[in-house]
Amino acid sequence: MRDMKKTKMVFTAAVLVAILAGCIALDATLPSYHIAITVIKKATVYALVAVSMNLLNGFTGLFSLGQAGFMLLGAYAYGVLTIPVAKRESVYQYFDGGAIHFSLPEIFAGFLGDTVGKTVGMLAALLVGGLLAALMAYLIGLPVLRLKSDYLAIATLGFAEILKAFFQWNKLGPITNGSNLLKSYPYFEHATPYVLIAGVLIAVILLLINSTYGRAFKAIRDDEVAAEAMGINLAKHKRMAFVISSFFAGVGGGMMAMYSGTIAAAPFKSALTYEILLIVVIGGIGSITGSVIASFLYIVSSEWLLRGLDSGTFLGINAPSIFKNGFRMAVFSVIIMVIVLFFRKGIMGDRELPDLLDKRPKKAKKEAAK
Amino acid sequence: MSNNVLRVDHATMQFGGVVAVDDLSLEINKGEIVALIGPNGAGKTTAFNVITGVYQPTNGAVWFNDEKIVENHPQGKMKKQYKGQCEGMYKETIAPTPDKITKLGMARTFQNIRLWKSQTVFDNVLIAKHCRTTSNVFSATFRGNRKEEARQREEVEELLKIVGLDDVKNELATSLPYGKQRRLEIARALAAEPTLLLLDEPAAGMNPQETEELTAFIGEIREKFNLTIFLIEHHMNLVMDISDRIYVLDFGKLIAHGTPAEIQKNQRVIDAYLGVAEDA
Repeated sequence: MRDMKKTKMVFTAAVLVAILAGCIALDATLPSYHIAITVIKKATVYALVAVSMNLLNGFTGLFSLGQAGFMLLGAYAYGVLTIPVAKRESVYQYFDGGAIHFSLPEIFAGFLGDTVGKTVGMLAALLVGGLLAALMAYLIGLPVLRLKSDYLAIATLGFAEILKAFFQWNKLGPITNGSNLLKSYPYFEHATPYVLIAGVLIAVILLLINSTYGRAFKAIRDDEVAAEAMGINLAKHKRMAFVISSFFAGVGGGMMAMYSGTIAAAPFKSALTYEILLIVVIGGIGSITGSVIASFLYIVSSEWLLRGLDSGTFLGINAPSIFKNGFRMAVFSVIIMVIVLFFRKGIMGDRELPDLLDKRPKKAKKEAAK
Repeated sequence: MSNNVLRVDHATMQFGGVVAVDDLSLEINKGEIVALIGPNGAGKTTAFNVITGVYQPTNGAVWFNDEKIVENHPQGKMKKQYKGQCEGMYKETIAPTPDKITKLGMARTFQNIRLWKSQTVFDNVLIAKHCRTTSNVFSATFRGNRKEEARQREEVEELLKIVGLDDVKNELATSLPYGKQRRLEIARALAAEPTLLLLDEPAAGMNPQETEELTAFIGEIREKFNLTIFLIEHHMNLVMDISDRIYVLDFGKLIAHGTPAEIQKNQRVIDAYLGVAEDA
């Protein structure tokens, strides 16, 4: 028993170190615009948001579809707080240079030195984005969390759409730049910082899930009536899960802004939430490892492996008449259907990385019979 | 200080035109085992739900350890119907959610087993300890509560040993045989550290031997945890064996109460519920 635990820990640590080492090696050898680097960046961002959604939908049993809205908040907070003062004039060209005349990376660079200060400022902006999303979640959670299942999904989806429209409102232009792009802000070029930030945050979520509060969340998911009868305050715990999940979605939104280089409200539409939901379902509802693996599979195949389906040549077959724009999504839909049909519980079910070492139940039974 | 742990005063629970519980008053003293019996649909479970805060009564109050925990008076349309009946007796509206009542020291089990299905036996009991944790979500996440967590785990181990489930603690709750699931529900309720335990048909679906074991078990835990027990049950052997007093409900109304011997002789109870043995 003890030994198994130890082996599992070593195994997990080895996998994590291997991933990090691989990432650093790729960063050192490939240019930062290489497709592999782009894919890693995007996939880690998606992984973080998917895990945050899994915390809410998979572990607490609250079917919420507001993730895109909270990402939007995080992304805008990051952009607004990090655009260098000198560049604000050109970014906010229609709004007289905007209303905000400071930039967190520059402020921190003032007393921490250039490189360190800039990084700290960027991280602080990410944190502010997360906190802003959490605050918003707290406020809308008061009325919205009284709703159950589908109704909660509809309400949160509506909230995200309203937020998107609100951020494009011209009157808010001095801050959000209206429907124009926010750009010229600093970002990490290499993939390693993304992997590190997302890794640390996912680890925090894992710690939460395995704490007494995480267990309470799972109790609410399994049976609300029993949870309440056993002294778990439903309103408080649901709101807690909602706020925490939104915090990580907000940070994820900020990272999305970093990786894409420009921010507009338009990409944060409900389709983004569905993509994340798809990742959660493919990976397995209730499995952190599953969400991470699924987001890498999803991004790698949609951004890279299946690209050829859209551009004429795929697997060496040159057939421009079939492989043209849109065909990739058709193939992708078929793959997703196959996964949903044959892996009902997703890739991982509710298992995590160390559980992969466990023997399959059937085998274990046979051994017990001997 | 009176001696009673629980006192229900004129509790009425009305759903539209149906009066599920009608002017129910009862008292349970410290250390007693009291049973609530009656035919199906008499309002027993509804009475439990009123006491534990699942439903807000239409009228009446509930006292727990001399503290008023639930109170309500007819409102809106109901006012007219209740004109004259204990008018003005209850002025406040106190309607705590069930979790608050549990924290005060009242825990319950359910008629149809409601265990947390995806959790192991151990975790089912451990989660019930959550309402007694003092650490906030930050210190719990970053493991600032190691001591408390370790203590709780130890308490759960011990509890599982007492109820005889320690050999199956790592199995899924739903994989247990039926009788053990019932036992686990009681263990889970005990983990919330109650002084009053409410059991809703703990022997439902059990065979005579299992029922006998359960009877002994209920007596045992009362001694060990210094409990007061209030239970709903249809197995008359169990009820007559362990109850100090019995309340009988029929169509929401209290029709009798007394010691088991008195209840067995009560003509109204025999007519409404117990009936006459066929071979007598």
